Amino acid sequence: MTSKGASVVIVGGGVTGLSTAWWLARSGCDVRVLDKGIVGWEASGRNGGGASHYHSPLYAEEQRLWPLMDDLLGYPTEYRRERVIVAMSPAQLASYHKMAANFNALGYAADHIDSRQALELAPLVSPHNLGGIHVKFGGHANPQRTVQAYAWAIQDLGGKVVQNCAVTGFQTRGGKVTAVETDQGAFGCEAVVVAAGPQTGMLLEKLGIDLPLASARAEMIVTEPAPLMAIGGVDGNGLYGRQTLRGNLAYGGGPHEWVEVSATGPEARPTTPLIRNLAKRVAELLPSAAHLRVIRSWAGVVENTPDGRPVIERFSNPDNLTAATMSGVGFGLSPASGHAISQLVLEGQCRFTDLSKLGIGRFANLPSDWREQRGWTAISPAGS
Amino acid sequence: MRPDVNGIDRAAINGKLPDPERTVQVLIIGAGPAGTAAAISEAKAGAEVLLVDENPVTASLMGLDTPLYFGGRMTTAVQRQERMIAQIFATNPALEEALELGVEVALATCAWGVFVNGPGLAALPRPVVGLANEMRAWLVGFDKLVLATGARDIPMAFPGWDQPGVMGAGGFTALVERYDAFAGRRIVVLGSGELALKTATLARSRGLDVAAIVEALPQAQAVVGPDLADIPLLTGQVIHTAQGGLTGVERIQVGPAGGPTTELSCDTVVMCIGMAPAIELLNAAGGGLTLDSQRGGHVPVLTGKGATTLPNVFVTGDCAGFGAPQDSQAYQMGWIRALLSVGDGQVMVCQCEEVTRADLLGVQPPNYLQRPERLAGRDIHTLLADGPINQDQIKRLTRACMGACQARRCREQVALTLACATQSARVPLAGFRAPVRPLPLKVLADWEEAAAMTAGWDVWFGIPSQWVPYADIGTEREAAQMVVFGEDPA
Repeated sequence: MTSKGASVVIVGGGVTGLSTAWWLARSGCDVRVLDKGIVGWEASGRNGGGASHYHSPLYAEEQRLWPLMDDLLGYPTEYRRERVIVAMSPAQLASYHKMAANFNALGYAADHIDSRQALELAPLVSPHNLGGIHVKFGGHANPQRTVQAYAWAIQDLGGKVVQNCAVTGFQTRGGKVTAVETDQGAFGCEAVVVAAGPQTGMLLEKLGIDLPLASARAEMIVTEPAPLMAIGGVDGNGLYGRQTLRGNLAYGGGPHEWVEVSATGPEARPTTPLIRNLAKRVAELLPSAAHLRVIRSWAGVVENTPDGRPVIERFSNPDNLTAATMSGVGFGLSPASGHAISQLVLEGQCRFTDLSKLGIGRFANLPSDWREQRGWTAISPAGS
Repeated sequence: MRPDVNGIDRAAINGKLPDPERTVQVLIIGAGPAGTAAAISEAKAGAEVLLVDENPVTASLMGLDTPLYFGGRMTTAVQRQERMIAQIFATNPALEEALELGVEVALATCAWGVFVNGPGLAALPRPVVGLANEMRAWLVGFDKLVLATGARDIPMAFPGWDQPGVMGAGGFTALVERYDAFAGRRIVVLGSGELALKTATLARSRGLDVAAIVEALPQAQAVVGPDLADIPLLTGQVIHTAQGGLTGVERIQVGPAGGPTTELSCDTVVMCIGMAPAIELLNAAGGGLTLDSQRGGHVPVLTGKGATTLPNVFVTGDCAGFGAPQDSQAYQMGWIRALLSVGDGQVMVCQCEEVTRADLLGVQPPNYLQRPERLAGRDIHTLLADGPINQDQIKRLTRACMGACQARRCREQVALTLACATQSARVPLAGFRAPVRPLPLKVLADWEEAAAMTAGWDVWFGIPSQWVPYADIGTEREAAQMVVFGEDPA
């Protein structure tokens, strides 16, 4: 092992990699997180902050951990419980009721609410709302604060976070990754985790592993502060979002743009006139806040697998490699995904939930033109 | 693997961004001297020209120090838009000439975004500018865009700066020269460069008292002419505090950083330490910028005469960068260093978000969050150990620059303060993003949304298999769970 090395090197300082490193450090493991830029700079720090993912095998662990995270990390995440999801059209109401049925089937209470109850729970919503659902668990947190909390907590446990360090390849010997090569030299390792968002596929390719991913840009807007609602996790009308503890309304949703991502990550993250369509939907959902000024917008680049489900796998060759992509739904699940991945690294399996349906093998027969088949390809620039 | 894939992603943006409601040959943003001159020259060459300017901005935006640092020293005259428009024409006679040449002039119309295809964006049907007035927002396409957005004030914090009567040279000049709506009588000028002396001369010419010119550095930065020679020039001195009452500043204390101080009576402090080229629109559109101290700070990369790195986008006037007789960054850094030596950590740096110097440099969260014990062990220096300081990272931790004024009052001073505290030569520009003017949701909203945008709108990616409960994957229940949570799951 080189002097820079660690027993586990984690490639990617997004929430999934950071949480994994934090859980490993909690187990007494010596960890290094390598990131091409600043921790949580990509989708991990640019999302809606939601933490209510009933569809995931990590869901129960997500729900168990979030209320504990501020104490466990030692730094504030702004986690707040509960969500209210409000419909402005019958189609929306039907889909939110379907969501509630899925929550309830798992034993987590999500009640149908009528228009009046929606107004009582979230006073900024439209009196013309059609009702919706009240999710009595789950919640949301501040992504930007949470990523830094993970990084600081790793450091507090003796781990190292190496920023501005781009991974260029791997050294292997005897069926193991022995070092991670970077623009700052090689980092020796006994085990490696690749959780590098859109770049995960390109990095695994260097190890002969084919992970099909496509990346897209998604946009959000934020307003100046509104009076605080009792439940900050208020969304619906085709939007996801939250009210921050400062009062700002931060919302996203709507169409994404498929983009090509290079080995060094997205070249730019522009927003577009789509922010006008987001503003319209926020103003419809929360008309009492329609006079509030939009003060910023931002975009993040998010990767997806062909079925939109995560890949979380400990490989057999190299046998000390574990890789993960959360396929666009990583932030809220991160307390649990890091826990699961740390167990894959240390014990070869996850002890608290079944991950067998999230293996990479399900894509073995994927046609090579899978992106074209789905229309998940970048747009040819106008005039070209 | 899915039988239903047909080569089309209904939830993707392809074909959904609208065409602009109109397109002009030449669109010019900013009807100051440079923008008006550009409009006249384009019109004489036969082009169809639309010249827009956000002035007169509303009194409420002026209160947010947008676009200039007005410091609450406006008279009620700024509430009368017709009078303000008349003032704009009266003080810029070239506008009449532009009108006579057929230029379409739209005042009280702000540009909140420039959108062009480039890295990470290919979905625009054509390059557009987002415009807005008080009622609505709309898009205008262009063959050629000229940005003539001028320069912004660079405020700097000191004890008592967050009250009416502390303002910038740009805000002062606009209120005095253009709008005849300045509510003060007796000013103190901070800085002694050309900007400061120009400001003092303007004040004198309008019968205002100039109580002193205060320079933190040991020498005056420009030659004080005979007409200003009777004004006390206090070099090697700094403002220690501004004190006042309900209507703002009434007096200030000045003196060397280590004291003693003397009291000056004044109702206004005009900061003339520097201005920054107004590059918000270019930066948000992805145009190239460079830090050039001799051109005033962060300025456009020029690829030809006024040409930016974006195709068909040009800059002219102060936003293109202006000749600075001195090293503007070094001078501003000298002032920040002097101001940091007076007052304590409780001086507010970001007024909107109430971030103090101590919390900025301590990288501490806002007061509505708890500060667990471990946070006390974190500060700008522990963060520096992880890599070069990035203002956007500091923003998300401290909320400095996250407020409703869109960091007009604190962007530059936060960068300078961070550079000073970490002994860095520079801190990268904190990026601008649309809308670069604070716009109400109901104004920004696209109320005439086209059917193409509505179709396939999904809360996330519209991948039906994404939300199938894990237990249902691979069972007969899976098909019924293949849904999206969109408006229109056709």
